[in-house]
Amino acid sequence: MEKAGFVQNRANPPLWLLAELTYKCPLHCVFCYNPVDYATYGAELSTGDWLRVLRQGRELGATQLGFSGGEPLMRDDLETLVCEARRLGYYSNLITSGVGLNEQRIAAFKEGGLDHIQVSFQDSTREMNDFLSSTRTFELKRKVAKLVKKYDYPMVLNVVLHRLNIDHVQQILEMAEQLEAEYVELANTQYYGWAYVNRDQLLPSREQLQRAEEITNRFRERVGNRMKIYFVVPDYYENRPKACMNGWGAVFLTVTADGLALPCHEARMLPGLTFPNVREHELGWIWNDSPGFNAYRGDAWMKEPCRSCPEKEKDYGGCRCQAYMLTGEAANADPVCDKSPYHKLVTDAVERAQSPRPHAEAKPVILFRDDKNSRSLAGREKTPVA
Amino acid sequence: MALDENTVLEIGRHYRFQWEPAQQAHVLLYPEGMVKLPGSAGEIMKRVNGAATVADIVADLEHAFPGADLKGDVIEFLEHAHGKGWIRAKQG
Repeated sequence: MEKAGFVQNRANPPLWLLAELTYKCPLHCVFCYNPVDYATYGAELSTGDWLRVLRQGRELGATQLGFSGGEPLMRDDLETLVCEARRLGYYSNLITSGVGLNEQRIAAFKEGGLDHIQVSFQDSTREMNDFLSSTRTFELKRKVAKLVKKYDYPMVLNVVLHRLNIDHVQQILEMAEQLEAEYVELANTQYYGWAYVNRDQLLPSREQLQRAEEITNRFRERVGNRMKIYFVVPDYYENRPKACMNGWGAVFLTVTADGLALPCHEARMLPGLTFPNVREHELGWIWNDSPGFNAYRGDAWMKEPCRSCPEKEKDYGGCRCQAYMLTGEAANADPVCDKSPYHKLVTDAVERAQSPRPHAEAKPVILFRDDKNSRSLAGREKTPVA
Repeated sequence: MALDENTVLEIGRHYRFQWEPAQQAHVLLYPEGMVKLPGSAGEIMKRVNGAATVADIVADLEHAFPGADLKGDVIEFLEHAHGKGWIRAKQG
């Protein structure tokens, strides 16, 4: 605790704790943001480890807790963690595909005090076809939606958009309406992890984006307040970067399935930084004192054009991982910014996306997120490819 | 919307109101977000308990903070909170 008259030079408390409970997942989405080499990581944290992490996160001041993955329902101790989260005073959010959710489990979550469920529509092309032909996926979603409503959770549907499904946005919205979704997030893919590997196949054209936005706007007018629809464009089409994570080590703390504490889901890719493991360190030290969490706090690390930029307090120079992936240097401005000398790397990718088919040089085969592909990508040399 | 003085108020669906030691303030939590309610806002909200009416809340605050004419401000805040969905008339 702080003593009166003594001002500690410390970071603000984290508000968000994201628990990536497992990298196991029954799905193989091509846009997954999980690290591509997840299959080579060590053992998952135990129940006891997670209970300790939840307690320490709460002591630090985190209020929002996300249970994510992979598919968090793959952990059979999720009920235990939900109860402890409620007891500690978190507002807990389950981020799930719904695969593995049944009445017994959702009843236990409600009883244990889970506050919120976000269901993703995990379109891979095969499942999209499934949906378009109204087969298994849709049946599953309908079951999940019914359970969510029966247990008095708001029905929040998250759909990741990309080149291969964005032309179906009308059908996707109609599906959401049939499921009586109250909130729909149409979030364009962000190009990390598996999505980055598959970027040239996934980045939509400008025309596709415009059409999808028009359809969404018309749909909004029709449904009014019944359904709140958010549409997020891919940042590659912007000329200023996103305020990634609201700043490095500012509000967001991720703990991965194997216990690494990270300032964002992607940060383990950054070279030259070692991130602490919750098996060895307390979250308090990790958040306040570890070199990894302090690496890009504030603006002392910034280079030009960020350093003298009047907007640096608004966007913090964008995303460190995107800067690293595209330019090879995490302290560079996020090249989404048109002030970045590397901005052409983004506009070139966007330009390639304007041709009717994926660019001829694009890898012909899209990579599904599965253990085999993960092991093979892990063997690849870790150099950024623009 | 004007609130009737006899309306019993409760915290809105999917919101949770609690004291946060790290913030040294009352907060209202909701999916993926938080509103900080320092000082008087927290004092008003903590009396929204599913049993007290608007009039009860005003009376209790005037008792706790004697000498101040609070009614106008309290009702204004409650109407604001009601408009935001933070609180609602007690259901069933």
